[in-house]
Amino acid sequence: MTSGHARLLRDMVRIRVVEETLADYYRDEQQMRTPTHFSIGQEATAVGVCAATTTRDWVYTAHRSHAPYLAKGGDLKAMVAELYGKQAGCAHGRGGSIHLVDRAVGFAGSAAILGEMIPVAVGTAWAFARSGEPRAAITFFGDGATEEGVFAESLNLAAMRRAPVVFVCENNLYSISSPIGARQPAGSTIRDRAGAAGVTAVQVDGNDVFAVHDAARRALRHCWEGRGPYLLELATYRWREHVGPGFDHGHDQGYRPVGETEGWMARCPILRATETLREQDPDIDRTVAEWRVRFDDEIQSAVAYAKEQSFPDVEALLDGAYQPVPR
Amino acid sequence: MRTLTYWQAISEATVQCMEADEGIFIAGEGVDDVKGTFGTTKEAFARFGASRVIDVPNSENATAGFAVGAAAGGLRPLLVHTRADFMFLALDPLVNLAAKWRYMYGGDKGGVPVVTRGVVGRGWGQGATHSQSPHATFAHYAGLYVAAPASPADAKGLLVQALTGDTPVVLVENRNLYPLTGEVPAEATGIPFGVGRIARRGDDVTVVATSLMVHEAERAADQLAERGISTEVVDVRSLRPLDERIICESVARTGRLVVADTSWARYGFTAEVAAVVAEHIPHVLTAPIRRLALPDCPAPVSWPLEEAFHPGAGGIVEACLRLCGQTQGDLPALADVAAGFQGPY
Repeated sequence: MTSGHARLLRDMVRIRVVEETLADYYRDEQQMRTPTHFSIGQEATAVGVCAATTTRDWVYTAHRSHAPYLAKGGDLKAMVAELYGKQAGCAHGRGGSIHLVDRAVGFAGSAAILGEMIPVAVGTAWAFARSGEPRAAITFFGDGATEEGVFAESLNLAAMRRAPVVFVCENNLYSISSPIGARQPAGSTIRDRAGAAGVTAVQVDGNDVFAVHDAARRALRHCWEGRGPYLLELATYRWREHVGPGFDHGHDQGYRPVGETEGWMARCPILRATETLREQDPDIDRTVAEWRVRFDDEIQSAVAYAKEQSFPDVEALLDGAYQPVPR
Repeated sequence: MRTLTYWQAISEATVQCMEADEGIFIAGEGVDDVKGTFGTTKEAFARFGASRVIDVPNSENATAGFAVGAAAGGLRPLLVHTRADFMFLALDPLVNLAAKWRYMYGGDKGGVPVVTRGVVGRGWGQGATHSQSPHATFAHYAGLYVAAPASPADAKGLLVQALTGDTPVVLVENRNLYPLTGEVPAEATGIPFGVGRIARRGDDVTVVATSLMVHEAERAADQLAERGISTEVVDVRSLRPLDERIICESVARTGRLVVADTSWARYGFTAEVAAVVAEHIPHVLTAPIRRLALPDCPAPVSWPLEEAFHPGAGGIVEACLRLCGQTQGDLPALADVAAGFQGPY
C-alpha cells in the first residue's frame, strides 16, 4: 500500500495501543495523578488532520490532547513522564495531561477551559500571516465548546482578520454526559453556524481517516494561500467515559446507550482503514499485528522510563511563575 | 525636563515603543476612532495605521485570547479597554492563559507578554458597571504584573516597561488623572514593576495609596500641613509585585497608616497593604490601620450619591486627623476631584 496511506493507519494504531495501555496503568496503579481524557475511538480525526500539517503549522487542543499530540509527532516519553508528574515530563510536572506541549514539532499547547484555545489559534494564525510565511494554526475542540460564546467570537474575528486558522471540531455527540440534542437545537449544525459567520466549513466522516486527511489538506491549502479560516466538523465518538479509563455505556452505567456505543465501536476508524487498505495489501492483518507489537514495546518502555524518572524538586515550586527556568 | 499630561505620556510611550519594535500592535474597540481612546491611541493610529492599530469586534474574550496566541507566535499585543469594567469579559484568557502560560508549560517554553490597558471611568454618573477598577481582581493571580500609574512619568515608564518585558501586564488608568501634568523624560525608559515611590515625605502619618488616591493623598497632605501634620504619601505604583519594603519602612517611621483605594475594601488593595503591615511590623503601630475605600454597595449615579460614594482627599484628611488625635474643626472640605468635569462623557 502507498506509504501515505500506511502512515495514516500506522499512526492510528500507535495511538490506540498507547492509549489503551495507559488507560490500564492509569486505572490499576493510580500513579498518573491527573485527570486524563483518553482519545480512544478518536484517532482518525487527529491523525488525518495532523498528517496534513508541517512542523511550521501549530496545533492547539483542548483537554482531549493525547491523539493530536502524538499525531503531530509529540515525544511519547515526555508525554508519559508528564502523566506521571515527573521532571522529565514535557511540562516538567506542572501541566499534566491537559497542558501538554511539544514546540519542536509544532504542538503549541493544550488547555482545559472549554473553548479557550480557539481564539488563541486565531491570534497565532494572524501572527503567521503577518510574517508573510505560509503557515497555519489549527485548533481542536469538541461539540460542547461550540456553545461557548468565545467560539462565535473567534469565528467572527478570524473571518474579519482573514486568519489562516483551521477550526477542527470533533463532534462526538456528548459533552460529558449531556447529549448534543440537549444543548443545540435540531436543524442547526456546527458547520452551518461557521458558514453563517463567514468561515468556509465542511462536514466530514471523522472516522474515515482518508476523508479527514483529504479535507485537512484542502483546509490547510486554503490557509497557506491566504484565503482565510476554515472549519472541519468531524463526526466521531469516544469509546471511554469523558475523563478516565472506564466505559460509561454498560448496563449499570447508563448514560450512553449500549447499542449506540457498540455501533460506533464497530465502525472503528482503525478497522475501517484496515478494510480500505486490504486490497492494496492482502497481508494487512499481519502488518497491523506487527505494528501492535512494536508499539506495545514502545509504550511499555515509555512507562518504565517515566516510572524511574524523578519528581520535580519541591524547592523549585515557584520557579517559572515569572522568570524563565533554564531548559 | 518637559511637561506632559498623563494621557500624552501614554501616547508618547506607545508611539516610541511601536517605533522601536515592529511586533507591537494595539487591539481594542474603537482605538482607531476620532477620539483615539481619550487621545492615547490617536497618534499611534496616525503613524502606524490600521495594520497595527486594530479596531476589533465587540469580543473581549476572543480578543484577549487572540492576543495570547499572537504573543505565543512572537508578537507583542497591547490591548486597550476604553472601559475597564469590560475587562471582566477577558478574565479567562488573561487569568487562565496569559498569567499561567509560562508556568503550566514547564517554565522553559516562554511566556505570553500581553499588555492590557484598562481605563477607569469614574465621574459624571458612570454608574455601577461603568466605574469599576479591576486592579485587585487581576492582582490576585500569580503570573501577572498589575500596576496603576499615578503620575505622567509613571504612566509612560510603566507602559514602556510592560511593552519591553516578558510578563503579561494589566495597567489600570483612572480617567481623572488624564489631564494631570508632570515632568516626563523624553527617552523611553522603563520603570521596574514592584518598586513604589515616596510621592511626598512626611513624619506623622503614612498614606499608602494607589492610582487616583495618590493624587488625592497629595491634596490631603497640603491641607493637613495647615494643622501641623506631616503626611508621607507612598505611591505603590505596582499592586503586583507589591513593594512591601517601602510600605513597611514608612509605617515603621510614622507608626500610623491610612490605606486609600479607588475600589472596595473587602479582599482588595487596602486589605493587602494592611495584611503586609500586620505580618511584618505590627508592633510599630500606635493606632489601628484606617482603610479608605468604596462603601459596600455598587456605584450610584445621582450626583450627591456619587460624591458620598467615592473616597477622596476629604476622607483622607479626616482619617489622618483622627489618627493624630485631631478633628476636622474648621478645616474647609476639599472639592471633589471630578468637580469641573465637563460632560457629556
